[in-house]
Amino acid sequence: MLGVLIAVLAPHVIRIPVWVSAAVGAMLVSRGWLAWRGAALPGKWLLIPLTVLGTGGVVLTYGPGLGRDAAVALLAIMLGLKVLEVKFLRDATVAVCLGFFLIITNFLYSQTIPTALFMVVVMAWLTATLVALQDRNHTLAASQALGTAATLMLQAAPLTVALFLLFPRVQGPIFGFPQATSTGVTGLSDRMSPGSLSRLGLSDEVAFRVRFSSQAPAPHGLYWRGPVLWDFDGRTWTTGDTATTATGGVHHEGSSDVVRYTVTLEPHNMRWVFAIDLPTAAPPNTVLTDDYQLLSTRPVRNRLRYDVSSQLAYRYGLDEQPGLLRRALLIPRGYNPKSLELARQIRQQSSSEEDVVKNALDVFRSQPFFYTLVPPELGRDAVDEFLFVTRRGFCEHYASSFVFLMRAAGVPARVVVGYQGGELNPLGDYMIVRQSEAHAWAEVWLSKQGWVRVDPTATVSPARIQAGIAAAVPAGEPLPISVRGNWQLLNRFRFTWDAMANFWNQWVLGYTPERQTKLLTDAGFRAPSWQTLAVLLMSVAGVVVGVLALLVLRKLLLVRPDPAVRVWGAFCRKLARRGTRKRPGEGPLDFARRAAAEQPALEPKISAIADLYIGARYAGRRDKGEARRLRQLVSSL
Amino acid sequence: MALKLRLPVWRSRRVPAELGPVTLSQSRIYVLPTRAGVLFGATALVMLIGCINYNLGLGYVLTFLMSALAIVSMLHTFRNLVRLQLSPGRPEPVFAGDQGLFPLLLSDPGTVIRRSIGLAAANREASFVDVAVGETATVEVRIPAERRGRLRLGPVRVFTTYPLGLFQAWSSLELDMHCLVYPRPEPGHIPLPAPCAGDATGVESGRGQDDFSGLRPYQHGDSLRHVAWKAAARAEPLMTKQFTGLAAGELWLEWDTMPVDFGLEARLSRLTRWVLEASHGGHAYGLRLPSIVIAVGSGPAHQSRCLTALAVFQQ
Repeated sequence: MLGVLIAVLAPHVIRIPVWVSAAVGAMLVSRGWLAWRGAALPGKWLLIPLTVLGTGGVVLTYGPGLGRDAAVALLAIMLGLKVLEVKFLRDATVAVCLGFFLIITNFLYSQTIPTALFMVVVMAWLTATLVALQDRNHTLAASQALGTAATLMLQAAPLTVALFLLFPRVQGPIFGFPQATSTGVTGLSDRMSPGSLSRLGLSDEVAFRVRFSSQAPAPHGLYWRGPVLWDFDGRTWTTGDTATTATGGVHHEGSSDVVRYTVTLEPHNMRWVFAIDLPTAAPPNTVLTDDYQLLSTRPVRNRLRYDVSSQLAYRYGLDEQPGLLRRALLIPRGYNPKSLELARQIRQQSSSEEDVVKNALDVFRSQPFFYTLVPPELGRDAVDEFLFVTRRGFCEHYASSFVFLMRAAGVPARVVVGYQGGELNPLGDYMIVRQSEAHAWAEVWLSKQGWVRVDPTATVSPARIQAGIAAAVPAGEPLPISVRGNWQLLNRFRFTWDAMANFWNQWVLGYTPERQTKLLTDAGFRAPSWQTLAVLLMSVAGVVVGVLALLVLRKLLLVRPDPAVRVWGAFCRKLARRGTRKRPGEGPLDFARRAAAEQPALEPKISAIADLYIGARYAGRRDKGEARRLRQLVSSL
Repeated sequence: MALKLRLPVWRSRRVPAELGPVTLSQSRIYVLPTRAGVLFGATALVMLIGCINYNLGLGYVLTFLMSALAIVSMLHTFRNLVRLQLSPGRPEPVFAGDQGLFPLLLSDPGTVIRRSIGLAAANREASFVDVAVGETATVEVRIPAERRGRLRLGPVRVFTTYPLGLFQAWSSLELDMHCLVYPRPEPGHIPLPAPCAGDATGVESGRGQDDFSGLRPYQHGDSLRHVAWKAAARAEPLMTKQFTGLAAGELWLEWDTMPVDFGLEARLSRLTRWVLEASHGGHAYGLRLPSIVIAVGSGPAHQSRCLTALAVFQQ
């Protein structure tokens, strides 16, 4: 049993302080040593001070209040102490229950498929421990106990599925304990400087997954809008402050360009909620800002699933506030003089604002610019160096320099950061957008059209927009292999794994009350309340348990008695009616002899019957003719 | 074939003891959670609350798996007991003050292995046994035998908590079994009475003189015939003559020769000791009680007969 407890505690070792692990380990080991030596267990005089010490230590380490880590540490100590105390069977069950509890605390940290598999293994082990504890005569081998445990778990599986789907789900939290922050997540930040997005290009982590309920847009329309950056300090763009009510007004150009989809967003500790340009409405618990950022009310620390629809052909911001337009023209003084000069030239050449845009894009088109994940470092005048010297950059360079040129030429412009494109997973019919698809583009304000998206990267590397980053970046660059997607086998594996992970996220981890209701309505229930659920659960559970009972008990309760026994019973009853009652415990031979003595007239029949019966029942003679003869004889009595 | 869960029925009427093999049918078996089962349920409930609060999808799976496991184990615990066949064995006689041993034979009519079936007489410690397929397991139920006579087995509780210890299935049955309890033999070494010479009238025939083997101090209850009167007349303490060989004498263990101040049980106690000593020494002996006379004989069967007579005397 000690082994299973060590296995249960193992994943936590990295999460709780060293002294706790050491203390618990020492307790478990000493218990094992005591058991092996057959020595007595420590009495209360040792256990009570240890309890106080342990609790005190936890409080000291984590401070007052029961956070996640503190609770886990406390549980571990309790387990160690309980193991030291265990003498009787009853206490051992307590230790096992504590073990179950510790398994579930695992899920506060991670709920991936490997964690689930680990849980199943440890649970089987704990169950086997329970079985072994019940084996009073110690006849059960460890493998038999494990086999029994596995059988029990398999038989429990259908009922588990029924309970999982039909048990009424309640939206938490109940007592509002704050969930500890998830640490170490990648994602977009609220500032962009040269190199920040190319860093993300090295990550193949999933940013979010999308399921389209309408037709998915073409790749060049898949711009996932994230933070909008207004303020430039010569090197870094920042969001600054934004109001949280959309005022510009969006005009929709016909409903044929509306896309509906569901996004499952991985936690990233920031408030961005991603949607395709432009979202028509804010999903629950989010707000739409003035510049059409979709922001969650609280930082996204748990996987978030939301439905949203977007309008691909739009026109908005025609009456943008003048203050914002002025802000969209600000550039720092004293930086990038050559770019300023270039912008002035462009302004002179152009007759309208649209011309300015076109001419600026021409700069990128005409000069030899390269799209690369590993651009050279830029100095103080970043835009100048990029535009005139290095001409090698990632999307952040292009967006940043383009917006700078626009502003310098008098056209209000801003940088939008987000994701572009996505990979369709044929196995699951959904789209994966990874961190490596992070992208930056520009929005310019034209007096007749409002805010319009302009993507300078598309000019330099159309492949990036049409086919994703793997197609755009040269072969020698450090793009993760999984993103490159060159190998068929690896691709297949990737897709399968991601489809499994997505299913897991959607149906096991993301089984919200809404999804449960949707399941029921799909199954035909019109307005499921929790009473409907309860009744449905009871009936399904009843059926499952009934089937299970049949399976488990079929050997016993459907046993058909041996027909010879039935015939013999009839024989005894007939004789009893004639006055010769068979005594309980009297064997067939004795009874036959006694009956023959008491009923001499029937003696030949009685002997024959007894012979046949004994042969059928004890000598294993299974002759049908004999069985028939036996029946005939008895019925002739 | 419905699975029945019933709250225990308080039986006020005496159920007659059952003879012969008893098969535990499903209507005789009760199933209830054990204390460990309640604890398990409480753990699952707390885990469920935790899952709701922290939105742990996988935690739901674990909690429901635990609950389903408990329900399945209930079925298995029931299966471990149902249709178990108990037959009475043959209890060996014991002496008062020892433990009466009632062997019960457990067998399974089908193909189910049964593990850790516990049997306990009223409130006593249980013994556990496994029953393999096709085999008969024997369990000895122990009841302290305080007084002599016939010890009835009384109600026996058959129970099991296998496989997970979360539920207990039990049944109560009373098999008609009796264990013979012989009187407790008097402690210490009580020498046998001297054999009487000749027939029951005690006339000295002078045939086959026994060999005089010595004197020993007079014991309360020795036959007065064998007291060394001559030595007593010389003002020496009373001594009894001892003789070896029983060529001419018959050893009779008699009720009447007890000291008058011996009560009923004391007399039986001494007689029991004598019977044991005589058998152990290989003598032939007879027993004479007010109600019964057992002729002289020897051997284990004769010993049994004598002890039985002593056990049931005036019962």
